Amino acid sequence: MKKTLFISIRFTLLTAVLLGVAYPLAVTAFAHYAMPRQADGSLLSVDGHIAGSQLIGQQFTGDRYFHGRPSAAGNGYDATSSGGSNFAQSNAKLVARINHDAAEDAARTGKPAPIDLVTASASGLDPDITPAGALYQVNRVAEARHMDPQQLRSLVEAHITGRQFGFLGEPRVNVLELNLALDQSSR
Amino acid sequence: MTPNGWLQFLVFFAALLLLSRPLGIYIAHVIEGGKTFLDPVLRPIERLIYRISGIEAEEMNWREYAGAMLLFSFASLALTYLVERAQHFLPWNPQHLPGVAADLAWNTAASFTTNTNWQAYTPESTMSYFTQMVGLAYHNFLSAAVGIAVAIALVRGIIRKQSASIGNFWVDITRTTLYLLLPLCLLLAPVLIEQGVVQNLKPYTAVSTLDHGQQTLAQGPVASQEAIKMLGTNGGGFFNANSSHPFENPTPLTNFLEMLSIFLIPAALVFALGEMTGSPGHGRAVFASMAMLFIAGFLTIYWAESQPHPLLHHVDQHVSALQSGGNMEGKEVRFGISQSALFAAATTDASCGAVNSMHDSFTPLGGMVTLVNIMLGEIVFGGVGSGLYGILIYVVLSVFIAGLMVGRTPEYLGKKIESFDVKMAMLYVLIFPLIILVLTAISLLSPMGLGSLNNSGPHGLTEILYAFTSAAGNNGSAFAGLSANTHWYNYSLGFAMLIGRFLMMVPVLALAGNLAQKKSVPPSHGTFPVNTALFSLLLTGIILIVGALTFFPALSLGPVLEHLLLHAGHLF
Repeated sequence: MKKTLFISIRFTLLTAVLLGVAYPLAVTAFAHYAMPRQADGSLLSVDGHIAGSQLIGQQFTGDRYFHGRPSAAGNGYDATSSGGSNFAQSNAKLVARINHDAAEDAARTGKPAPIDLVTASASGLDPDITPAGALYQVNRVAEARHMDPQQLRSLVEAHITGRQFGFLGEPRVNVLELNLALDQSSR
Repeated sequence: MTPNGWLQFLVFFAALLLLSRPLGIYIAHVIEGGKTFLDPVLRPIERLIYRISGIEAEEMNWREYAGAMLLFSFASLALTYLVERAQHFLPWNPQHLPGVAADLAWNTAASFTTNTNWQAYTPESTMSYFTQMVGLAYHNFLSAAVGIAVAIALVRGIIRKQSASIGNFWVDITRTTLYLLLPLCLLLAPVLIEQGVVQNLKPYTAVSTLDHGQQTLAQGPVASQEAIKMLGTNGGGFFNANSSHPFENPTPLTNFLEMLSIFLIPAALVFALGEMTGSPGHGRAVFASMAMLFIAGFLTIYWAESQPHPLLHHVDQHVSALQSGGNMEGKEVRFGISQSALFAAATTDASCGAVNSMHDSFTPLGGMVTLVNIMLGEIVFGGVGSGLYGILIYVVLSVFIAGLMVGRTPEYLGKKIESFDVKMAMLYVLIFPLIILVLTAISLLSPMGLGSLNNSGPHGLTEILYAFTSAAGNNGSAFAGLSANTHWYNYSLGFAMLIGRFLMMVPVLALAGNLAQKKSVPPSHGTFPVNTALFSLLLTGIILIVGALTFFPALSLGPVLEHLLLHAGHLF
């Protein structure tokens, strides 16, 4: 019993150093030299300052930008407080929120809102919207930027990422990258 | 439900079949001390661990084995508790996070020691990098190794004849960690990083967003932890949003690999069972039972989550080439419905508990399947090790019931199944619902239980039921709307996790010890063969009957009622 306890303590400390310190540090060192861009968060720079991460969604308001999905992370796209709404399908607050947002969109466009634009993502940081969700916003953004809708539609279509290897996941549009391209094209 | 969704499922299942059998044969070889190509590197490390820890690799009887397992778990639980409490004095805390409160630190230490990885906190604002590495990811390795060791000990009990011992605990966890878990992690982590999973020790990144806002990006040594989190069926997220967070699971490929990692070792262990017992047919028969239950669960979730919500207006919920439609609340666009449903099925079939979508926001029936998967005991491939010994308990019951039907003493692979064995199996089966139902009932009757709810009506009951099921089953996923960081839930769920782990492992080891000392009897005409399709069906039936009889009343008051009321137009 006493002997086993001593073994337990020594084994715990030794393996904690091996698996809790040496292993993650080795992987960190490898990542730092082999793939520094990804290891540090796939950051995007604009004019020398960090404009965000390619992988993390941002809050966009106003008509000049494409909007991402509703976010339940903190006060919206808070990347230190990720998470979903955790509302049940039978929660009156959820149904009221979706129907309210969808009614506004539909009144403006005359078309029903794509489901992803009125539902909160799991992480609250979803960088993507569906192609349907992006095309749905083309007329609004084109009007705000005095652009030709057809030209903007082509820009959106150029930003559709297909399924990985042709079959994994779903087609999607990265909102931050699309908006960055939008700013560059209308300069 | 789309052709592409089916294709992803088929590729996933094919990859699992292709990889798990050779890995199972490797495990059977390694665990009995066989030589491997990794020996030149790992053998010196293995010897060093034995020498410094004072381990003599002698055989143990089941009491010694259980004693070592319990003492080691206690020591490593204490380490994590102390690291959490003292993290503000320790290195790699660039955000200067304070020490963790006592009740939360205890709950988290219990959670990671038991392979549950229930998380009552938001990691990115609670745990320092040091705590995540040394306190949590450390347990992701060792709790997985302990699970595998106990399962292997039970298999040794089945194959050994008139033996007093079932192996050496220290050797089993050391070899499992060094020769199985660590190499797989070193293969997986670089792929995750290449796809975008972060891996650094830097302070959080401040960003001026395009639309003139501010954003702070949480960072950390994520990929190294993500790899073992999935391969060890741990499931504890580096971030609150777990595998839905783009820094943990950035692409459909990482999602595919993470799902595969959940099932890889548990499925391999089933083949290791066939290999070690010299009856590959038995391994395949058990695999077939698991596969049936997995496919049924996945199909139900996939179908349920593809359904439109009946009470939404002005919303396009249909599948088209431009969107995946269905229930997207709490799901990520890059995964859509199919990869979310498949992940949810796998993570609850196994005792993983990582999530890439929020189960709380699933349709009532989709969410019910995730709950039922855990309630069945996580024996559909199951947790690493715990899945195998869990299903072997059901195998013992199946053989026993088959024996009763024909009126002969039941046998299992040459061992007579007698009174003590069935008692231990029943103890295992009964402890689980007892903790869940009693603690759920207490919570439902008290303000301290009800005060944490995020949703009311039948779904509120499901939130509490899910929490205790997840804790007792050592799963760790949640209907996360429940605010579980309270004194009541931290202590009661911590208690449920410890009971659900150790009070179930001890009967397993007792069974292993009792089986090991028996003589082996040659099969006769009365022996019920355990390598046939009939056996697979019987086993599946018994799993479903035990699970359904135990939990049906609770389920009908929760998700079933919610489904009926929702479709009759009632909201809460």
